[in-house]
Amino acid sequence: MMELVCPAGTPAALRAAVDAGAHTIYCGFADETNARNFPGLNFSREELAQGVDYAHRRGAKVLVAINTFPRAGAEGLWHRAVADAETADVDAVILADLGLLAHAAEHHPDLRRHLSVQAAAANPDAINFYATAFGVRRVVLPRVLTVAEITAINREIDVETEVFVFGGLCVMAEGRCSLSSYITGKSPNMNGVCSPPSHVQYVETKGALDARLGGYTIQRNAKDEPAPYPTLCKGCFQSGDMTGHVFEDPSSLDAKDLIPALAKAGVTALKIEGRQRSRAYVAQVVRSFRTAVEAVAAGRPVPPGTLASLTEGQAATTGAYRKTWR
Amino acid sequence: MSDIHTPFPTVPSLLAKPLSFVPLAPIAQALTVLARRLVTRHPGLISRLGPYVDSSFAIAPTDLPVTLLLRPHPTAMRITLHRDPPRADARIAGPLSALLGLVHGTWDGDALFFSRDLVIDGDTSAALALRNAIDDCELDLGAEIAGLSGPFGRLLMPFIDLAERRTGMPLRRAEARP
Repeated sequence: MMELVCPAGTPAALRAAVDAGAHTIYCGFADETNARNFPGLNFSREELAQGVDYAHRRGAKVLVAINTFPRAGAEGLWHRAVADAETADVDAVILADLGLLAHAAEHHPDLRRHLSVQAAAANPDAINFYATAFGVRRVVLPRVLTVAEITAINREIDVETEVFVFGGLCVMAEGRCSLSSYITGKSPNMNGVCSPPSHVQYVETKGALDARLGGYTIQRNAKDEPAPYPTLCKGCFQSGDMTGHVFEDPSSLDAKDLIPALAKAGVTALKIEGRQRSRAYVAQVVRSFRTAVEAVAAGRPVPPGTLASLTEGQAATTGAYRKTWR
Repeated sequence: MSDIHTPFPTVPSLLAKPLSFVPLAPIAQALTVLARRLVTRHPGLISRLGPYVDSSFAIAPTDLPVTLLLRPHPTAMRITLHRDPPRADARIAGPLSALLGLVHGTWDGDALFFSRDLVIDGDTSAALALRNAIDDCELDLGAEIAGLSGPFGRLLMPFIDLAERRTGMPLRRAEARP
């Protein structure tokens, strides 16, 4: 059966994921070392140890994302995070930064290392480099590849691959995107926040909802239209004669129907996005995907059912897996 | 978790109307006692707020003629009720059932926001911190109210469960439902 890797922004979400059938849970510390550094989210050292114990007792694994890029002169925060993750007996750390990977390989050789999507390793050469140089055992592939490209990559590498199958969709070269930084001064890469809520404002006028980021209105929705989270890549802009979502529509990834194809492509693990979401989201999505991977493992078709009501834009897409361009 | 596309049950006007004229102070006092009990039993409610522990939160059930103003504090949490919208750092508005469903883990807060069933204005960061703090505490207001009722609490629970089934309002923690 394919491994289901599920998000947890809080200890309650971790328990919800385990109880709903997650094989593996990924989470992060409550600081800028992880790419979901949102207010009220994430784990203290004590909470992580308790979460690992809860998961291990029920046969599930825990991964810790330490996937931002350390600031020069402040590497200690990231080094401590790796050491504390190992102390908490986690099953692997998810890293992106070359220096941090080198540090982990040298000082924590027995701690399994996964390559974060933030490293944007999208071809066999890059992946084989990370595997050879830092002993990376699994790579989380960027959300820019087709199933055929994933198949081709898997033929040329010896490490496991993990791909996103559900949740918020990032279309940029992850770990390289500067859109959030451009407008707010803070980025997922350095601060762990894309479009930080401290820079987000919603203003309702006569039923229309303006979503603002860094003081700029980047989306206006009429009364009955779904509301977005204001990220620049999903904003509504004027370009020449066109007004619309220039980069990407505010919809979310749902690749449940592609699980058989992803299995055939040699993918080891399926990842669900959403550490910033509630335990209700985690429980429902994990349950749905667990049923799907069990069905595929048993040779049955993927059960029907949509999770669109949970998604941004209330609409789902298969993203780059079935690549079409405007 | 239930499908959020199901219409939310609303408070019947027969029950909501009296809040337009009854004294609000005793109700606010009872809610404050409940909130302080919650903070004692779930310290994460405060610690997860981090820098937003001094913020004020207006919780506005759109089917009730009152707004609840929450001022978190580790030992002096305070709730007041207002007929006119109070000033607050962050405001979260929606049907009472949606707000209760958010507290009890029945519905996902982001999904409620995407579908426009929930409205957030003011300090988005503070609102998010409160949402995450509440979600992690796995609150069960039905059980907490029963707990406040002393020896009668156990007798109260079946009535709370019955009220939940009859009204469709999420009055218990999602995971606690039979």
